[in-house]
Amino acid sequence: MNSCRKMTELMSQQLDRPLSVSERIGLRFHLMMCRGCRNFSRNMAQLRQIFLSARGPLADEQARE
Amino acid sequence: MDRFGAEDLVSLRREMVRFAALQLKDPVLAEDVVQEALAAAVGAQERFQGRSSFRTWVFTILKNKLIDLMRDRWHQLRVATPEFESDEDEFDALFRTNGHWNPEDRPANWGEPEKQMENQEFWVILQTCLDNLPEATARIFTMREVLGLEVEEICKELRITPSNCWVVLHRARMGLRLCLQKKWFQEEK
Repeated sequence: MNSCRKMTELMSQQLDRPLSVSERIGLRFHLMMCRGCRNFSRNMAQLRQIFLSARGPLADEQARE
Repeated sequence: MDRFGAEDLVSLRREMVRFAALQLKDPVLAEDVVQEALAAAVGAQERFQGRSSFRTWVFTILKNKLIDLMRDRWHQLRVATPEFESDEDEFDALFRTNGHWNPEDRPANWGEPEKQMENQEFWVILQTCLDNLPEATARIFTMREVLGLEVEEICKELRITPSNCWVVLHRARMGLRLCLQKKWFQEEK
């Protein structure tokens, strides 16, 4: 099983670049088994959402998935 | 278009100051930049079809001013930026030696932060957490998440490599998550 620490790097980079297929599979597999990292993954998405909301009218224009 | 009334302007200004302050760390400078952006926009309202396109336009002026400011500031900042090369271990304490979360440091469920965003205090805490990050780390993070620049654009502006950028963004997110967890979400429970 990959370490949580390593996975946090991937979960962050997922917001900045497309992950490779093997990275995605490794991450998905890890998340199935690890509640801490599932929460971390949600926290990351929520952080992005929070900052997105500070962009005012630019949020709609620049909305990334 | 519908006239942009005094109330609209007050709320637009408030949003702009929040946006600029997250980016600049300096609330006084943020006020100044917003003032400049508004001054450039006032009088040109008639050219816009509706309020929303006017708002977007003013925000875009502000964003461009912020990018210019960041570019200037970066080159002064970088000279004194050991955080950039160092392989910090500040998050070591969260993990056991095998790289798994310490049980007490395991990330928690934040519920629905959408509700928090309407709370003024939440934004104060968020600003504090952001200001606690090392300066260059915070600036790269806000260029990415507040200004919404792509990593490639940040690399080009600041002349750093993408992998540097990813490392810094990861540290920023680790730091912010931990700070919000401690200062906001834990208190909630």
